[in-house]
Amino acid sequence: MRTIQRTLVADRALIRDVAALSVAAAAVGASFGAIAVAAGLPAWSVPAMSTLIFAGGAQFMAVGLLAAGNPVAAVLAGLLLNARHLPFGLAVADAVGGRWPARLLGSHLMTDETVAFTLAQPDPAGRRRAYWLTGASLFVAWNLGCLAGLALGATVGDPAAFGLDAAFPAGLLALLLPSLRDRQTRAVAGLGAAIAVLTTPLLPAGLPVLLALLGLLVLAVRPGIPERGAA
Amino acid sequence: MLIAVILALAVGTYAFRLSGVVLRDRLDLPAGLRRVLPLAAAALLAALAATAALMENGAFAGVARPAGVLVGVVLAWRRAPFIAVVVAAAATAALLRLAGLP
Repeated sequence: MRTIQRTLVADRALIRDVAALSVAAAAVGASFGAIAVAAGLPAWSVPAMSTLIFAGGAQFMAVGLLAAGNPVAAVLAGLLLNARHLPFGLAVADAVGGRWPARLLGSHLMTDETVAFTLAQPDPAGRRRAYWLTGASLFVAWNLGCLAGLALGATVGDPAAFGLDAAFPAGLLALLLPSLRDRQTRAVAGLGAAIAVLTTPLLPAGLPVLLALLGLLVLAVRPGIPERGAA
Repeated sequence: MLIAVILALAVGTYAFRLSGVVLRDRLDLPAGLRRVLPLAAAALLAALAATAALMENGAFAGVARPAGVLVGVVLAWRRAPFIAVVVAAAATAALLRLAGLP
């Protein structure tokens, strides 16, 4: 009984947090729709990108490179940016589920925020709920936002004017913070983040974040694989 | 042309997403490596957050965004609710820009 109550309370908090992030995602989606149309892309391409690609960073980058007349770069840069989903998939596979329908559908819902919300949960059942709730909610919000931006066009403001560009990194860090209380995780993540920031001026987008995996080298210097609860 | 770009990005991104999920079971990862996976994800997410907070088009971003993120992180550190973290970060950045800071 107490477990059920605790689950319900935890779920309410999760739903509230996911809802807050979904509103922000919809607003950024709206700016994507507006920017795509302003860049001269046909209207159908906005829902096509937001449903089929469903990755904000790659979508914005593709619009910029397509507008600059460089479709090959749009594909290569977008895929480089999204390669991080492979290690993400390895980390959240148990939350997605083991059956094929769940894997095929759930994989498409994978985003940075979905992974962050999932890994912030303490137990497997909570991770599973968090993955699907966050993934589905962000998918709906992002697509509705993109459509709204398509309809509203230039009247959609710049998301930076509302500070949304600060909201997303802050949200990610807030979700990461509990796991950063573990010394080993903090060392790995800190070195990884430092590598990414320092290499960003030198390398194409996407690569610096992948290089953050080199943060795992801390484990070689400071041996002692995490015993448990590193998740 | 446009449809080819969209499909290539969609198929490639989906392949990355699905292959991680499927490989986890297919590869018989040693227990040590399996325990490292959450650490790898934490490193990637920290790198995403740090570059998004500090960098813009390969150079350092202005003042408003990093300051907003910092306010959010301090609140999160003090165990403020997630929604307060997100709203405070956005409001700080928006107000600083309104005041004319980059």
